[in-house]
Amino acid sequence: MGWAIALHGGAGDIPFSLPPERRQPREEALRHCLQIGVGALQANMPPLDVVELVVRELEDIPHFNAGRGSVLTNKGTVEMEASIMDGRTKKCGAVSGLRTVVNAISLARLVMEKTPHIYLGFDGAEEYAKEQGVETVDSSHFITAENVERLQHAKEASIVEIDYSTHPLQNGTKKVAPIAANGDCQLGTVGCVAVDSKGNLASATSTGGLVNKMVGRIGDSPIIGAGTYANDHCAVSATGKGEAIIRGTVARDVAAMMEFKGVSLMEAADCVVHERTPKGTVGLVAVSAAGEVAMSYNTTGMFRACATEDGYSEVAIWPAS
Amino acid sequence: MGGWAIAVHGGAGVDPNLPPQRQEEAKQLLTRCLNLGISALRSNASALDVVELVVRELESDPLFNSGRGSALTEKGTVEMEASIMDGSKRRCGAVSGLTTVKNPISLARLVMDKSPHSYLAFSGAEEFARKQGVEVVENEYFITADNVGMLKLAKEANTILFDYRIPVAGGACGVGVENPLQMNGLPISVYAPETVGCVVVDGEGKCAAATSTGGLMNKMSGRIGDSPLIGAGTYACELCGVSCTGEGEAIIRGTLAREVAAVMEYKGFKLQAAVDFVIKHRLDQGKAGLIAVSNSGEVSYGFNCNGMFRGCATEDGFMEVGIWE
Repeated sequence: MGWAIALHGGAGDIPFSLPPERRQPREEALRHCLQIGVGALQANMPPLDVVELVVRELEDIPHFNAGRGSVLTNKGTVEMEASIMDGRTKKCGAVSGLRTVVNAISLARLVMEKTPHIYLGFDGAEEYAKEQGVETVDSSHFITAENVERLQHAKEASIVEIDYSTHPLQNGTKKVAPIAANGDCQLGTVGCVAVDSKGNLASATSTGGLVNKMVGRIGDSPIIGAGTYANDHCAVSATGKGEAIIRGTVARDVAAMMEFKGVSLMEAADCVVHERTPKGTVGLVAVSAAGEVAMSYNTTGMFRACATEDGYSEVAIWPAS
Repeated sequence: MGGWAIAVHGGAGVDPNLPPQRQEEAKQLLTRCLNLGISALRSNASALDVVELVVRELESDPLFNSGRGSALTEKGTVEMEASIMDGSKRRCGAVSGLTTVKNPISLARLVMDKSPHSYLAFSGAEEFARKQGVEVVENEYFITADNVGMLKLAKEANTILFDYRIPVAGGACGVGVENPLQMNGLPISVYAPETVGCVVVDGEGKCAAATSTGGLMNKMSGRIGDSPLIGAGTYACELCGVSCTGEGEAIIRGTLAREVAAVMEYKGFKLQAAVDFVIKHRLDQGKAGLIAVSNSGEVSYGFNCNGMFRGCATEDGFMEVGIWE
């Protein structure tokens, strides 16, 4: 037993050839966020507060697809979404379609704690944010040059994210997996899971969504049971192709396997990722009540970091060779 | 074993003082919808087509809380949501925040079949609807006089009962309700049982599920409930199809629809045992109900609250419509 924390900055087709100037800032950022989380756990901060704190930090960093640095819709705008869940009480909160809220994860938490609802979206969510006086800025704050370029490239290649194994489109659209000009796909999300030494668990996930997505598209990140889940067995945050994560109820499935089949965290995470979702679509981080950590993915790589109370820590992108 | 089966619901959490005439109307509507589904199944329609067909019928009738007859937001408008899932490949589609689309469940199906995504909401969903040429109407079409009256009562009740997690002291709530029963923070007399749904297993053993709703009376604009959330309000896989109704928070936290399937898959429970387990053990203090079918032609339902409008039928001729225990 003991505390444990894991966080991710997105899973996807992250090429091994990722140049140092794109790799190092992200590794630094993961290290930085891990330190913040570890410090908070060492100071006995409740896991729910820890995951919110870490995800806020990830949202503020422009290198990941959440908050600042969010990918753009097909209209060049940002629409951010997030969810948070407290494993101890199973209370949860979620938001979608945010355009001006600086920290989506914190608004999700407010929805959980201050409204009679769980999930608010779009105009209603923005209105609520203003009522609550949370920090909002002009939408342009979230948009980075990298993402403008990504969107441009996606449009030029007429790429729409298609789960082409199960969505045969009738209109003859070319089915091609998106690879941006600089080779890095920027799929996914950011997320954090944490457990304290008493076994209290929490999970939080936040994202800008899918490059060139339709306005109004909601992915897995704000959906409890898909992108985020926590109960008294484990806490899970998933990343990857939203549509696959939704169908696979990925986060819930890890917990369900532990609960109903009695398998370990690692076995459950590996089974869900490698046997129950299509290759190249998902990654996740998870911690168990006993303080174990799992970070599984079936994509080329996943920006990730973790640490446990016994002193282990790791920051990585690809599998250990 | 085998053969088709169908179940429909019109929402869980029913006012025990519901006038007999309204109860009759509800049973007639449920019967009519069941017969529509049965007829389609006898003509070899697929489970997916049948659930959409039946839910469209429920949406078009103003009696239940979906499509026309939807509960109203705090602003007096209608915001509808729905989801549909095809068990054979677990394809799914969902929509939220619709204000002009006549049949939300059909738009959810189009999201599944004709868009690269699984879930579209608010203005983006409305835009997609127009591009797809689905039938759209003015928001007023969905609003009934009954619900305008209910909204007023709900607002009066809520000025005293805003945070429903705080237990109500005494019984006075300004609404003249003798019964202290509550659902989702509202006195049961002003609560519009959320959601309609249909689950079907067809002659080939394929399952599907569909759920549609106007949501919670007096909800905040932008509030999304459990009905469009795959795994919460709706779920279908190779083994079963499930549609839930009741307190959205409880259904979401409990990932209720997925839970029935998970218990069947991971613990080997049969359908009825899975439904009973989930209702008994997965709802904590929440109140909800669900209908379910299995790939072996069984149909089942369960609820832990006061009543659920439901009906079910199987190929061997069994048919039942009910409201109470």
